[in-house]
Amino acid sequence: MKKEILESSEFKKLLKSKNSISLILTLLELILYFGFVLLIAYNKEFLSQKFYGPVTVGIPIGIGVIVLSWVLTGIYVLWSNKVYDERVTKIKEKLGGE
Amino acid sequence: MKETVLGEPTLTGIVFFLLFVSATLYITYWAAKRTRTTAEFYAAGRSITGLQNGLALAGDYMSAASFLGIAGLVSLKGYDGLIYAVGWLVGWPIVTFLIAEPLRNLGKYTFADVVAYRLKQRPIRTAAATGALITVLLYLIAQMVGAGSLIKLMFGLPYELAIIIVGCLMIAYVLFGGMLATTWVQIIKACLLLGGATILVFLTLYKFGFNYVALFTDVTTKYGDKFVQPGGLIKNPIDAISLGIALMFGTAGLPHILMRFYTVPDAKEARKSVFYATGFIGYFYILTFIIGFGAAALVGHEIISKIDKGGNMAAPLLAEALGGEIFLGFLAAVAFATILAVVAGLTLAGASAVSHDIYVGVIKRGKADEKQEVKAAKISTLCLGLLAIILGIIFKGQNVAFMVGLAFAVAASANFPALFMSIFWKKFTTQGAIWSIYTGLFLSVILIILSPTVWVDILKNAQPIFPLKNPGIVSFFGSFIVGIIVSLATKEKEAEVKFETEKIRSYLGIGAE
Repeated sequence: MKKEILESSEFKKLLKSKNSISLILTLLELILYFGFVLLIAYNKEFLSQKFYGPVTVGIPIGIGVIVLSWVLTGIYVLWSNKVYDERVTKIKEKLGGE
Repeated sequence: MKETVLGEPTLTGIVFFLLFVSATLYITYWAAKRTRTTAEFYAAGRSITGLQNGLALAGDYMSAASFLGIAGLVSLKGYDGLIYAVGWLVGWPIVTFLIAEPLRNLGKYTFADVVAYRLKQRPIRTAAATGALITVLLYLIAQMVGAGSLIKLMFGLPYELAIIIVGCLMIAYVLFGGMLATTWVQIIKACLLLGGATILVFLTLYKFGFNYVALFTDVTTKYGDKFVQPGGLIKNPIDAISLGIALMFGTAGLPHILMRFYTVPDAKEARKSVFYATGFIGYFYILTFIIGFGAAALVGHEIISKIDKGGNMAAPLLAEALGGEIFLGFLAAVAFATILAVVAGLTLAGASAVSHDIYVGVIKRGKADEKQEVKAAKISTLCLGLLAIILGIIFKGQNVAFMVGLAFAVAASANFPALFMSIFWKKFTTQGAIWSIYTGLFLSVILIILSPTVWVDILKNAQPIFPLKNPGIVSFFGSFIVGIIVSLATKEKEAEVKFETEKIRSYLGIGAE
């Protein structure tokens, strides 16, 4: 039974989509944060520009990194709740039906 | 007129403090009746919902040091404080994408359960528990010393007495109420902290007619444009990346955080709980940033640095300026609750590494009944709690700030790589895991001693032997490289076969406890 699941195309597809989503979102988060760090290290002038009144560009960017990190986790949870869980239930149903 | 009543025990401060202590002790009494089995002691009977666990995770993670410290840093250094705060959040998405669900599905009570899942139990548990214990102890010492000094600054209590009060309450929560009481202490603390910070921000913005620009104009008029620009925090990019790696992957390797995922019923709730936690923590750091600016504008650098050179009292001083003695008393009690929630979580995680991994997994070879294990867990809690009190007193007046950085470096280099490779890499072997854990541990500790943080700042040598302030970049990749090389050199057929069947449990949750 275990072998059947492992070799089924549904299960293989499930793993592939899950792993690619995790990988892509992890990469985006790494780019987001380390991009911010490198921007501070190499282009302080850009972040120091006035953006609105005395507010510099760096402030919305810094807060943006926090907000975007949260949005990325939101995308992951939304995908998992909508798509992933449904596929898992289908595989489990098939298992129970046989 | 006096500038502040900070540092004196005020009536409101004491009232709020007693309210918090009696509420949490009542919860502990309630929880004690529901804490008999191991699943109840370590994992609150897996009865916590995603939202509750999200709050508890936030309560476990947001320390008094990060609240008072980051607000203080922002109030004195402006924009640099925001850069620092961002680093504390970015580990959470990593926990969501890579760790939370497989951890919940594969493990039982500790992250060592997952590392050891398809490898040889005893050597892996010994190594993983060592990594966990060292992380917990370093973090605990830093928290205890911070607690002693903060309570002294706020209530005027003697340092040793403050440590003993914190230690005894923390032992009481964990010893009698286990994870259930700890969870509720963390939930209450998270609500108090988020609520208190929100009110503080609301009052600050009220002063400026809810106009951000007016607040920033006020601050830049007083302290110049430099205040809203990146300053000296990031000088050397490699140093910044090294710290970033430690913070990011360290968050995903903190035993007390990872342990919380076992308190929810399944992987779906685990994933939801990290989403909530990330939102709460992110929101909190944004509030902290505004609080820092508010303190700079409304209290001023002169008073902030006169009370405490590091600026740690910026938030309480702002509370006093805006809401008087009552709000200050409230916020002081919140800071106290914050400390307690974090040290209770740490103590429980440390105790579970000793009782579940070392005592049951290694000494008893996995053969201990429920009663024996709960007893072992309670004895470990008591010993660890007493040790924390003693260490807190021994390290009085020492510079322990580096210990938090080191705890994160150890978590990122000893705990995370082994956990990650065990979940995702088929060819990972027992020897590979052991070498990876000890390499990460050894490199983090040795390199931080040779770094400017310890070698120059504490040991007063002229030149550091290792140039970076945080060893993260070397110890993290070192641990991975050694783990990969050793795994490739020591093939483990059994572990590879188990990796395939493990997928059913890891991805579908079939057979998860």
